[in-house]
Amino acid sequence: MTATVDPGTAPDTATVFDLAKQTVRALNAELHEPTARRYTVLNPQGAHAVAAGVATDLTIDVHGHVGYYAAGMNDGGRITIHGNAGTGVAENMMAGLVRVTGDASQSAGATAHGGLLVIEGSASMRCGISMKGVDIVVGGDIGPMSAFMAQAGRLVVLGDAGASLGDSIYEARIYVRGKVESLGADCIEKEMRPEHAAELAELLAAADMVADPADFRRYGSARRLYHFTAGNEY
Amino acid sequence: MCGIVGLHLRDPELYPRLGALLETMLCQMGDRGPDSAGVAVYGDHRRVPPGHSAVSLLPGDTPVDELAAALRAVLPGEPELVVTEAGVTTVVAAPVDRDALVTAARTALPTARVIGFGDDLAVYKGIGHPKTLAGVYDLANAQGWQGLGHTRMATESAVNPEGCHPFSVGPDQCLVHNGSFANHATIRRELQAAGHVFDSENDTEVGARFVADRLMQGEDLEKALRLLCERFDGFYTLLVTSADGFAVVRDAIACKPAIIAETDRWVAMASEFRALAELPGIEDARLFEPEPERVYVWTREGGRL
Repeated sequence: MTATVDPGTAPDTATVFDLAKQTVRALNAELHEPTARRYTVLNPQGAHAVAAGVATDLTIDVHGHVGYYAAGMNDGGRITIHGNAGTGVAENMMAGLVRVTGDASQSAGATAHGGLLVIEGSASMRCGISMKGVDIVVGGDIGPMSAFMAQAGRLVVLGDAGASLGDSIYEARIYVRGKVESLGADCIEKEMRPEHAAELAELLAAADMVADPADFRRYGSARRLYHFTAGNEY
Repeated sequence: MCGIVGLHLRDPELYPRLGALLETMLCQMGDRGPDSAGVAVYGDHRRVPPGHSAVSLLPGDTPVDELAAALRAVLPGEPELVVTEAGVTTVVAAPVDRDALVTAARTALPTARVIGFGDDLAVYKGIGHPKTLAGVYDLANAQGWQGLGHTRMATESAVNPEGCHPFSVGPDQCLVHNGSFANHATIRRELQAAGHVFDSENDTEVGARFVADRLMQGEDLEKALRLLCERFDGFYTLLVTSADGFAVVRDAIACKPAIIAETDRWVAMASEFRALAELPGIEDARLFEPEPERVYVWTREGGRL
């Protein structure tokens, strides 16, 4: 479904949704067939699926903490959560920008195909699990088991990474500035070549984060788990 | 699924509001467990007056006046009892030693199930939607210094009051669980061999009896939960309370959610933030998710161990 808004007639001021008085269902119905270009969402109080399924380039500001699957399946929206996000923020994002000014719970950016997810605070376990092309930039730390089975995209961490980073990773690239508690199966440290420093600088700029690419180390797949091994003996 | 909520108050000014705060938290977790809900309240003087101990019961078909008369008859001095009926749960308080009260309840009411006992504790269980049950328990008017609740979506055993959390099998102890234990049958047999008697087929009861066993052997909550992590397989986020405090632990994979909020006035734990959203001062609370296999303990004095 494509919902179109005529930029010439859409109001420039943000349409306000107050979730203390209106339902998430009403909010999302409006966002799926928008009558404005900008939205402000108040009092989310940890509600689930806030601004899920946005399919156009709307600008949405959510003020407060959100629950599960906020901005899930985003396909072009520029969504800012001024607060913390629950499990699965921006899960399966296709395109657009999702920014969390606080911390994110588990499985941030899970299975996301595209777009940019910025978490200014820290992300909990399984950040970027099965990521399929999304870029994720985390200002703080990420929890254990992050980038598990990551297939494509880039994960940038300005803080530390928890245990088993990149377990069973395919082709995503991981950049960590701080300590890595441990690497998962088939994840190894790799050489930081000029093209990596260049793409890292671009990602940091896109995320509005200030850091020196030279301070980061790169991790990726050793490519030993691509094929079943015929020689297994039991 | 299942939802967990717990609130440990540091500021006595909040004690009269414990039940109202806990009710809001519990109802927010209704979607996570709409089949039954249980609650435990520490320090509710309406139910357990000072100088009394209490036993919480599922008395079955026994009418409450018969229950009270039978219990009173076997207690030394036949004291006046404080009896509270809350749906299928009955809480009885008496000015006697807690062990004497539990022994009396088991003697006088052999068909009743003891679902909690102690010097300070009332436990309520029931089937139905948490919103309805909060009314049945009169939670809004409960007072006290600590409470916890559980909304259940049954997986491991039947939907009945016995399978409802919290499991309270040691004095003033409670345990609520989101998840499922994989090796509970093995540990159940070991505990049975050591003399423990079980009330239900529920996996969580095994966890509660394991913790009670360790506490009885003189270990503290932190040690008991560390040992639980070593011994139990499966998924779990646990909230465990005792007369001394409040503890949280998650398994190594930690896929069952948990969030903790802490202020100078209280410590709260829930499955999701929305359960905490209405707590006073939440906007300035320290919010964090407990890490896998790390035991978090707060003591009644307010100092973290």
